[in-house]
Amino acid sequence: MISLGFISAGSIQAGGAGGFDPLLPGLILLLPLLGFALNGALALVSGRRSADRVRNSIPEEDHTAGSVPLTHSLPTWIGPGVLLGAFVLTAINFVRLLGVELTEPVIRSYWSWMPTGTLSVDAAIQLDQLSMIMMMVITGVGFLIHVFSVGYMKEDPGYPRYFAYLNLFVFFMLVLVAGANFPVMFVGWEGVGLCSYLLIGFWFQDREKADAGKKAFIVNRVGDFGLLMAMFLLFATFGTLDYGAIFAAAPDTLLYGGGIVTAITLFLLLGAVGKSAQIPLYVWLPDAMAGPTPVSALIHAATMVTAGVYLVARASVLFALAPVSAAAVATIGALTALFAATIALKQYDIKKVLAYSTVSQLGFMFMGVGVGAYAAGVFHLMTHAFFKALLFLGAGAVIHSMHHALHSTHKDWDAQDMRNMGGLRRFMPITWITMWAATLAIAGIWPFAGFFSKDEIIWYVGTAGAFSGLYVVLWGIALAAAVLTAFYMTRMMIMTFHGPNRTGEPESRHLHEAPLNMTIPLGILAVLSVFGGWINVPGSVRESFFGGFGVLPMSDWLDRWLAPVTQSADAVRASQLGAYADVAPVGGGHVVWGAIATVMALVVVIVTARYFLSQPIQPAHEDGEPDRGIGKVLYNKWYVDELYDAIIVRPLIGVSRWCWRVIDRVLIDGTVNAVGSVSKGVGWFGSLFQTGQVNTYAFILALSALAVLGAFIF
Amino acid sequence: MTGLLDAMGYADWILHALIWLPLVGMAVVLLSPEERAKHVAFGWALGLFVLSLGLWWVFDPDGPLFQLTSMTEWIGAWGVTYALGMDGISLFMILLTTFTMPVAILGSFNYIRERQRAFYSLMLLLQVGIVGVFASMDLFLFYVFFELTLVPMYFIVGIWGGERRIYAAVKFFLYTALGSLLMLVGILYLYWQSNLAFGFASFHYFDLLGTPLTLTEQLWLFAAFALAFAIKVPLFPFHTWLPDAHVEAPTPGSVVLAAVLLKLGAYGFLRFVLPFFPEASAHPTVVLVMITLGVIGIIYAAWVAAVQPDAKKLVAYTSVAHMGFVVIGIFALTTNGLQGGLIVMISHGISTGALFLILGMLYERRHTREINDFGGIAKVAPLLATALVITAMASIGVPGTSGFVGEFLALLGTFERYPMLAFLAATGVIFAAYYMLPMVQTILFNPLDREENRTMEDLSGREIAVLSPLVGLMLLIGVLPGPILERMEPGVQAIIEWVDEGASGALLDAARDRGTEPGLGELPVRSELSELGTSALGTSTYDGTRRIHLFFRDEG
Repeated sequence: MISLGFISAGSIQAGGAGGFDPLLPGLILLLPLLGFALNGALALVSGRRSADRVRNSIPEEDHTAGSVPLTHSLPTWIGPGVLLGAFVLTAINFVRLLGVELTEPVIRSYWSWMPTGTLSVDAAIQLDQLSMIMMMVITGVGFLIHVFSVGYMKEDPGYPRYFAYLNLFVFFMLVLVAGANFPVMFVGWEGVGLCSYLLIGFWFQDREKADAGKKAFIVNRVGDFGLLMAMFLLFATFGTLDYGAIFAAAPDTLLYGGGIVTAITLFLLLGAVGKSAQIPLYVWLPDAMAGPTPVSALIHAATMVTAGVYLVARASVLFALAPVSAAAVATIGALTALFAATIALKQYDIKKVLAYSTVSQLGFMFMGVGVGAYAAGVFHLMTHAFFKALLFLGAGAVIHSMHHALHSTHKDWDAQDMRNMGGLRRFMPITWITMWAATLAIAGIWPFAGFFSKDEIIWYVGTAGAFSGLYVVLWGIALAAAVLTAFYMTRMMIMTFHGPNRTGEPESRHLHEAPLNMTIPLGILAVLSVFGGWINVPGSVRESFFGGFGVLPMSDWLDRWLAPVTQSADAVRASQLGAYADVAPVGGGHVVWGAIATVMALVVVIVTARYFLSQPIQPAHEDGEPDRGIGKVLYNKWYVDELYDAIIVRPLIGVSRWCWRVIDRVLIDGTVNAVGSVSKGVGWFGSLFQTGQVNTYAFILALSALAVLGAFIF
Repeated sequence: MTGLLDAMGYADWILHALIWLPLVGMAVVLLSPEERAKHVAFGWALGLFVLSLGLWWVFDPDGPLFQLTSMTEWIGAWGVTYALGMDGISLFMILLTTFTMPVAILGSFNYIRERQRAFYSLMLLLQVGIVGVFASMDLFLFYVFFELTLVPMYFIVGIWGGERRIYAAVKFFLYTALGSLLMLVGILYLYWQSNLAFGFASFHYFDLLGTPLTLTEQLWLFAAFALAFAIKVPLFPFHTWLPDAHVEAPTPGSVVLAAVLLKLGAYGFLRFVLPFFPEASAHPTVVLVMITLGVIGIIYAAWVAAVQPDAKKLVAYTSVAHMGFVVIGIFALTTNGLQGGLIVMISHGISTGALFLILGMLYERRHTREINDFGGIAKVAPLLATALVITAMASIGVPGTSGFVGEFLALLGTFERYPMLAFLAATGVIFAAYYMLPMVQTILFNPLDREENRTMEDLSGREIAVLSPLVGLMLLIGVLPGPILERMEPGVQAIIEWVDEGASGALLDAARDRGTEPGLGELPVRSELSELGTSALGTSTYDGTRRIHLFFRDEG
């Protein structure tokens, strides 16, 4: 029914392609899907073999020694290979798009997905500046993480299954950002959630990890519910679910600040909050660290969790029309940025620090898109993909090394607890130096990538104007969160890489740098973490620092690049709220505040580093948990999980049990059984008429039918 | 393909063959040796399925609403006819039935050990009733087939069921028989009224349509019909027979029960209740009650499902939740709602059927249905685990599977008219994850800490053959539901139009005006059986003209 020809033959719908002729866009999506199919088949073969071993009590195969079976050697090439193909194809199209002024998205429609009669949804993808840049990040960073995974996961018996899931994830992520209408986007949206579920619970025989996957899925479904409702409202309002038609009609159809657009955007926000782990639905993301670390890098840092930011940017015109919702986006972002940062202060698990850091940085992105600085939000999304992927991969290299070291003497210490690390820079110099690059980037130190993106967000929050009192507060929160970021990241780096080693003497001899297939991705991401921000240096800053030298030709490049996507939102904002201010709430221009922020961050980094270097740190088993004060509260993550358990999970289970035992069994079945007993009594009376004569029965039946019929008529 | 089928005269005999050939198969099974019975039954059912596939080609999506129609006098004095026919809705219900049967039979090879001949002949008898229901164009005939499904199911549960099989079978029988009896009274009353109004006695669908009834009469008749169908669906609070029946029924019984038998109820609403009683069906209070019960079913059943220790009971409750989506889709009376409800019916048939099959396979290995008795199964049975995960995802409506298309459209269609109720119903999406994922985790994931589980075998070749078509269909319908939606659309539109305009009486006038349109001659006109009919065409009486609307799609 679907011939392979559709890869290239999708019908072009939109006019105004402006000379942009994408090369095989369908193949970009299809390649990872193909990788999934191949790796999935290999996974089933190897899974069957491994199952036989379990049944016969033979230990798992050891692939480090001797010949490696095809099921484990092929995924090494298929998994990263399809990603490389997808990346190259995306890059070719990206370069092509660079050369043209594209004002309308190019839409490729492959088949009619849900033609009901009144609804028409096509399986269609849309290529424009926003989807292309997202696809660049997904396939580019995705490829690096796939390569890293080869080294990281090679010894795992589930290696082919791992790559099957990872390929499938990339496919769904591409569907999410490339979909040309809300339902197709939703396919990607829930699809990535499914892959996330499978990958978090990748080591499913560990109950805790399986629980974490389940939690992620269920919490995300709350968000998905919001997205569904938003789609229903959109359809009821516009009669279509295509991006193009909705966004074109929105400014004329919807009343600025009206109830409908506010409801639509608040439901969209609920979806975004779920996927992007914002308050109050962030609780799944820290638990998601149960998955393999490259998964955390790809899904729970660089790509999937930014889907909410993408969604707000994509629906920017709707959010521009709903100032209350936009303010809600910014407020939730700010609160999350600060809240998650406080928790990160007291975590000892290296991945937990990074997890809360991710939640916090996603909060920054929400602030950006919430105040209408969509390009700034997407900018931070991109730089964050570089440095946070690097941090997670670096953490992965550390854990990998720690695991080997602890394994060598069968020490049962936690390989992820930073208190068991220390001084690792001597053993892992490349990991160390690249992670510092990422740390300086996330801390917002000039001229690292994170400085530009975070600075731009904070600046726009401070100058957004509307609800001015609110935005001044958010601006202050953003600055505070930025300071905390510098603090917890430096703490993590010092505890992990500096000071004396605490792993133990015999173990430390087994600490080692990661192999090349892991360090090369680190190196590339480090370069991007340093220079990635230069694509969008604000014009004002550039003039002050470089203008005379002409060093950076790319000022405001990303802002200009995304302008066709955000222009109608920008127009609505400009007409309703006016331009952004020139000075920060307490005075001072962009350049001044950029300088203040970077100096502040630098001071925090230095002071924190000195503090933790002077502080004696005990290995985890000697140290124990903080047992009092705010430290204990932060260590226990403000007890939010416990709170949710008490006010949502347990009451829900209680009500469910009550429904079953009381309503179903006592009320309904009780009634049914009572009726049954009565009819038994009647049955005894009736048995008097049971003569065994068929004609008597027929007579009685006819008589009763007539009686009932008569009752009806008269 | 179409040419070949034409040459065979396929369209003329296929519906009769699909109804009566299972009966022949029943005889063949009874005559075959005990140990061969299952193979014969499977071969027969598979052959019927292959035979039924031609329906896809002979059904013309742009043709008349009802196709493959035929009519023979049965009990002339009462106006009972043996009339068959199908629209796009029946088409997929019939295909779902013929598809489910061989799958269910193949899935029961190891489960059914005793009295195999009897068992498999009852399965085929069941098929007679079910296909008959979906193909009947005569209300009397429909009722006969509808009741016929009760008998084999009663014995399947009562003889091959679990420990409490007698209780479950009797409960099933009494519940459904009670509903059907009231419906019988309703049918007779409707027949009586039609006779009074039109001057001739007929149970034919088209002759009963448009029977003039006061709103009060409609409401009473609606109640009588709706109770029977609501029990069958089952709609909260008439659902408690279902968990018992499912838990006690042998695997193939559960599969057929979930996949097809529950659809009889929803089909009854669509085919009869809405068109016969349009004013009652569109009555705001009635609609509100029905949709509210559907929404309660969605949420309540999801909650109850989540706390079931018995896997089969859990899946049984999820059926109630899924059928809630069907009911809200139907009573929202929008194109999207009805289309969605119908896709849920198909999707639920496939995914819940697959769930029961998988649970049956687990039961055959471990002789337990307790969820907590499992754990870590994915390690020893990766294929089974893959099938269960995909099926679970289809069941909870993850996009890309059939479940999503159905639930999305049903909710969308409901939202168009009842946003607040759709809002509540949509929370079912969350609760679906709440009941399904813990079960999947507890069975497939977690430590493999029991010796009995550690030595469990993965799927056999036969089991792969059972599950792969189901899994394939879940994905295919999820990605490409278009061909199904397009074929069902005329039927859906006709129902909506009929109810909308029938409620205002406008449709009857419109139908009367169109009475002289050409083309009537090709169709089996009921009037041949009536004295009045031949002369009544185009006159002010209802006869003759009333059936036109449903024969012809509105081409104006």
